[in-house]
Amino acid sequence: MFLTPALAISAVLFAIGVAGVLVRRNAIVIFMCVELMLNAVNLTFVALAQQLGVAGQVFVFFVMAVAAAEAAVGLAIIIAIYRHRETVDLRDINILKG
Amino acid sequence: MTLLRFVFWSFAGLGVLAALLCVTRRDAVKSAIWLVVTLFSLAVLFAVLDAQFLAVMQVLVYAGAIMVLFLFVIMLLNLGRGGPGDAKGPLGILVGVILGGLLLVQLTSLTKASVATGAALPPGTVAALQQQQGAVGMVARPLFDTYLIPFEITSVLLLAAVVGAVVLAKRKL
Amino acid sequence: MTASAVPLIWLVPALPLAGFVVNGALLFAAPGAKRAVSAIGVGVLLLAFAVALAAVLGYAGAGGGAPEVFTYWSWMAVDKLQVAFALQVDPLSCVMILVVTGVGALIHVFSVGYMYEDPGYARYFAYLNLFVFFMLILVLGASFPVMFVGWEGVGLCSYLLIGFWFGEKANADAGKKAFVVNRIGDFGFLIAMFLIYQNVGSLDFNAVFAAAPAALAGVVTAVCLFLFLGCTGKSAQIPLYTWLPDAMAGPTPVSALIHAATMVTAGVYLVARCNVLFAMSPVASSVVAGVGALTALFAATIALQQWDIKKVLAYSTVSQLGYMFLGVGTGAYAAGIFHLATHAFFKALLFLGSGSVIHAMHHAYHATHSHEDAQDMRNMGGLKRWLPVTTVLMWVATLAIAGVPPLSGFFSKDEILGAAFARGQAQGIWYLYWAMGLAAALLTAFYMTRLMLYTFHGPNRTGEKESGHLREAPWMMTGPLVVLGVLAAVGGALNVPAIVGGGARLERWLAPVTSAGAALLPAGEVSPGTEWTLLGVAVLIAAAGIVGAFRLLDLNALVPARSAPAETGFARVLARKWYVDEIYDAAIVRPVVWLSRRVLWQGVDQGAVDGAGVNGLARAARALGWLGSRLQTGEVGFYVVLFVAGVVVVLRAALR
Repeated sequence: MFLTPALAISAVLFAIGVAGVLVRRNAIVIFMCVELMLNAVNLTFVALAQQLGVAGQVFVFFVMAVAAAEAAVGLAIIIAIYRHRETVDLRDINILKG
Repeated sequence: MTLLRFVFWSFAGLGVLAALLCVTRRDAVKSAIWLVVTLFSLAVLFAVLDAQFLAVMQVLVYAGAIMVLFLFVIMLLNLGRGGPGDAKGPLGILVGVILGGLLLVQLTSLTKASVATGAALPPGTVAALQQQQGAVGMVARPLFDTYLIPFEITSVLLLAAVVGAVVLAKRKL
Repeated sequence: MTASAVPLIWLVPALPLAGFVVNGALLFAAPGAKRAVSAIGVGVLLLAFAVALAAVLGYAGAGGGAPEVFTYWSWMAVDKLQVAFALQVDPLSCVMILVVTGVGALIHVFSVGYMYEDPGYARYFAYLNLFVFFMLILVLGASFPVMFVGWEGVGLCSYLLIGFWFGEKANADAGKKAFVVNRIGDFGFLIAMFLIYQNVGSLDFNAVFAAAPAALAGVVTAVCLFLFLGCTGKSAQIPLYTWLPDAMAGPTPVSALIHAATMVTAGVYLVARCNVLFAMSPVASSVVAGVGALTALFAATIALQQWDIKKVLAYSTVSQLGYMFLGVGTGAYAAGIFHLATHAFFKALLFLGSGSVIHAMHHAYHATHSHEDAQDMRNMGGLKRWLPVTTVLMWVATLAIAGVPPLSGFFSKDEILGAAFARGQAQGIWYLYWAMGLAAALLTAFYMTRLMLYTFHGPNRTGEKESGHLREAPWMMTGPLVVLGVLAAVGGALNVPAIVGGGARLERWLAPVTSAGAALLPAGEVSPGTEWTLLGVAVLIAAAGIVGAFRLLDLNALVPARSAPAETGFARVLARKWYVDEIYDAAIVRPVVWLSRRVLWQGVDQGAVDGAGVNGLARAARALGWLGSRLQTGEVGFYVVLFVAGVVVVLRAALR
């Protein structure tokens, strides 16, 4: 019953997440927008699971687990960068330049 | 308008609003708080969509652990107030909004697509399954049955993530 | 006939080639060995003449009709094009090799005396031998490509020998001019060869001429006109004759051999060889004859007002070549070849005689350290006192060229004019050609007598001190003159016409070659009465020219060149050669140079190829590289934007 609206909401959330990644400069906020995108995808899986079977929900389970691992490692990296550069502003992290 | 519908639409709207606020706040802490609100709303939506176990998991793991971690790091790095204009210049905002909009348009075209009639299960199948096995059992049974190997690998992944995070964040090895 | 010498024909060109190689080696190894060079240079020519004579006698003894082809190796074998290096012995090539080696040998002997003091002695003989080699290849070739090898080769040697004293820029320029103008003609030759191959499928003479009436019927006029373009270049006819007067910058024996007796006659030989083709196209034949007649008259007018003795002879050569083309254009191929042979005799004699004169004048000026022009007739006069032998011999040649009977020139010239007149009965325009030829004959007699009078008669203008040093040339030089004088006098016996009781031997000898052409383009017939009248008219014209020169020219009015007044009026136009060189320069040379410099060099080469092509590509590559480098900002935010943009594009393609 809620399939189409749920998918639409998911699309909107995903687009907002993408816009956030593109617009913000703070590394942690960008990370949060990535989490937002992951959640939008979770919503898609759950909505479709109602129609196609429980495997969708199992998949969401795995996504959450991996998101947790990814958040831990990503934040650790940001901390390491902050230690060296005193900043999390993406514009100042450009050693790859050239 | 039934109660279910009302709940769905109000929390859907709240989720979208909270997402927008999360993306646009200057203060990193405020962004994090709004993201937590978004995650809560999504949990309610999960519950409406017959995924109660996942709704609880969402609150426990996502909002409860991951966002707490985010807040720890924000405060550790003392990023509270945020600098002047954390976002990119006007051109950057424009590009971001346009690309996001394009992406939205493309994704909404996918929502028009309906599930193939042969693949769809009869409505209420999942709910019936829930009645039989319980909300947790419904997810757990395939997890330990068909998807056992991914389950085990995920645990190894988590271990690796923990070790990695510890090593990366140390001052001295 | 046992052991005929005909298969030894390969020796005839091989000997001069060997001479070239050995003299060239001596040039680098032992430059001072003049006697060795003389022995080899002259020796190979005499030997070549002997072999040629033996071969011709052998050929004549064996019947002297059908051509004998000797194939030595396969030169080009590409799909249908089969060209072999082959030499052909037939009546026409026999006549040519005798003329080339015979007159060539005499001129080589003369050169020993003339060029002995020159530091480039070995180089001279090497080039001269090489020239004879190429000329023999030209006349002995059995196919168009082999002939073309010789054609190009003699052009090369002409360039080398005209610019022999290349230390003076004018000489080098003259050599260049000769080569470039010849090239224009060669282009015509090549086009004709392509057309022939396209329509016949072969380039061998015998195959082409046999297949021509059927295969070439449509294009034969074009082929002949293109071949004739080559002839105008090589044989100095209008419009490509301008190189020949300039070629007088080379040593005088070179002028005698190349620009009088042999190379310039290659065009006449070509037309005679291809008589079948020219006979198939009356239009082309008429063009050949018309251009020849016009050139004869035109060049004769210029010769009237030239002061340099060699220039007079140069224009005379152009004029006489015009006669030869008039002859072969009329269809009287044997008459054209006859005039070719007699002209070789008396023109070589005239050039070598003038060489004697110039040699003596140089010697005199050298002794008194004077810087006057040794070739200007205004500095000569009365030389018969000091050069009696030369005077007598040159008078023989002058009477021959003027057409005084019974010397050789009379017979050959008269036969050509008679053939032209005979054809006039069928087509009126031939009367015009005949009239032009007759006018040219009058002028020829006049200017040649003028040359003799100014040079050998009247008061001497060389100067008191110089004249004491004038003397006759040594026997090494006057010997060949005597031989040529005899030939010029009695050479008419080769082809005495039937009407005066002769056997027309040359015509009968050449009949196997010319009969095919004669069948397609039958000559006109005139009554004996008309023929006798024509003979009488020719004699009268010659006499009128000679007597007119005696009467009209005032020898005492001449002054030495340095103080001579410039010409005025019409005389000036003639002296300036009708301004043809200036016209060519303005109309052709300047525009071409402009085109090369402005358009092709600065425009295309520097601008388009260098600028846009090479440098432009480099600039474009650099620009692209710069663009690429601008993408490498190192900012992750920027990379993410590109990433998402890519995703949008891919999604759009995937969702279509």
